[in-house]
Amino acid sequence: MRNPRTGWLLLSPTLIILIVFGFMPFLYVLVVGFFDWNVFAAEAGMRFNGLGNFRRLVFDDLFLTSVGLTIRFALFAIVSEVVLGFLLAQMLTRNFPGKSVFRIIHTFPLMIAPIAVGAIWRLLVIPGFGPVPFFLDRWFGLTYQIGTYPDQALATSVIMDVWHWTPFVTLTMLAGLSAMPREPVEQAKVDGASRLQVFWYVTLPFLRPVLLTTVFIRIMDAIRTVDEVWMLAGGGPGTRFTGIYIWRVTSPGASADWGYGSSISLITLYLTIVLCWLLFIAISGRRKGEVE
Amino acid sequence: MSTGVQRRALRTVTTLGFWVFMTLLTLIPIWWMFVVSMRSRVELFSRPNLAISRLFLENYSNVLTDSAFQRYMTNSIVVSTSNAVLVMALALLATYALSRYKLTGSDNIFFWLITNRMAPPAAFLLPLFIMFTRSFRIGDWTLFDTQLGLILLYCVFNLPFAIWLLKGVVDGIPIELDDAAMIDGAGLGGVLRHVVIPLAGPGLAVTGILSWVFAWNEYLFAANLTSVEARTITTGLAEFVTVTGTNWGELAAMSMITLIPSAIIVIVAQRYIVMGLTFGAVKE
Repeated sequence: MRNPRTGWLLLSPTLIILIVFGFMPFLYVLVVGFFDWNVFAAEAGMRFNGLGNFRRLVFDDLFLTSVGLTIRFALFAIVSEVVLGFLLAQMLTRNFPGKSVFRIIHTFPLMIAPIAVGAIWRLLVIPGFGPVPFFLDRWFGLTYQIGTYPDQALATSVIMDVWHWTPFVTLTMLAGLSAMPREPVEQAKVDGASRLQVFWYVTLPFLRPVLLTTVFIRIMDAIRTVDEVWMLAGGGPGTRFTGIYIWRVTSPGASADWGYGSSISLITLYLTIVLCWLLFIAISGRRKGEVE
Repeated sequence: MSTGVQRRALRTVTTLGFWVFMTLLTLIPIWWMFVVSMRSRVELFSRPNLAISRLFLENYSNVLTDSAFQRYMTNSIVVSTSNAVLVMALALLATYALSRYKLTGSDNIFFWLITNRMAPPAAFLLPLFIMFTRSFRIGDWTLFDTQLGLILLYCVFNLPFAIWLLKGVVDGIPIELDDAAMIDGAGLGGVLRHVVIPLAGPGLAVTGILSWVFAWNEYLFAANLTSVEARTITTGLAEFVTVTGTNWGELAAMSMITLIPSAIIVIVAQRYIVMGLTFGAVKE
């Protein structure tokens, strides 16, 4: 009665759009990454270059620095978000007056355009009239200038990311905690488990799937971060993350070295895939260990 | 007995205090932007304080009467709305196909869909730029700097999440209802119109709203694949920051205007944001 051909027909517009705008660009970088292609060079054509682009990439200090910065940024931000988000979600499981209002306000940053988040934080830290440098100097005598000190710029990006994305972790954790049955916790308490033990042996194993989904999505998003950090620091020292670096190298105005740009895109895609894969192995391996 | 009551009261007060603190942390940055948007250039550089002393609307009126801003705003509204409608339509057809027909390899299609959403967009800027300026060319017309280009491109990150979100909804509609409608002589269009769309209505609405926000918020593609005609409001925001000097008041005013849809959506679709952001993996 249901002809698969009709099914494919219904699916086809989606597939066509995703193949044209999602898969073809991937094929493009896959091919162009192995060519020498500089549109403004004397010879504007594509010349096969083998692994030449990748050889150049391995010795590209700017690229390697950007990878290191991105990893530090993602690590600091995600650890803070998970800890803070879990505590907040735990508090939201109890009832207190005004809970839903607090929750809505807490959710608000999630839906703000990343570029506007960057603008908000830039206004806070701008030298001259931003309150953050002013009060840090007045109260602690600290010279705060993200254009000059890379560590401050990185720290500010992390704090901005925590401001923006902690609500996401709070909400997913809350969803996980709400689905948790009460009995095991009560049982553990009756058996004399401390709060820490209850958390470690009962709550955490139960939350694991939600926690992993959350961390996974956060890692992917943190690696892709471009807009807000660019708006905050304009690609200054300490915030040149890989996404920003690729954007600057491949952006048509900045450089016309399309072959090299493609090879960077390709290696970043590769690193992303490897990271997903490692995470997946870690998850399934640990689960297996537990069953035995 | 009384100590128990006291302890509970103390706990409530601590929780409340903590949440008031968190709320201030969330709101003060936004409030500061609002303060900046209500100040003239001169006032800005005096000692920072968080109070608004007078009603100063010049930043807003300057932004709103600027023809470039009006164009950006129109583009953003047209692109987001068309994209949301397109995504709703295509995602509904796709989920219906995935849910009701036995298609070989549909699990792989699912996995492939999610990889489209996860790939770093910066990695695709260059190929997309080349495609937009060179591959899609009819005479003088190219996809570059057109609303159509953005509308189609935004499907790449909106369709995957929309399909993941709607799949659960459509799977929840009993297939017997389809069969009953078909026995009554309804064709595929009839089944979709009279059975699936009414029952999947709320899910479709959420899909549409979230697609709209994601398209509204997008910056990187819009910044690189448009130049003048199809620029959106987020790219307009970034253009304020220039080497020669930035008009911070107007930047703040424009950002405040950009925030309005986000505020509305948080209040209207609060319950579904998590589902939307986790591809339905985490439900509330």
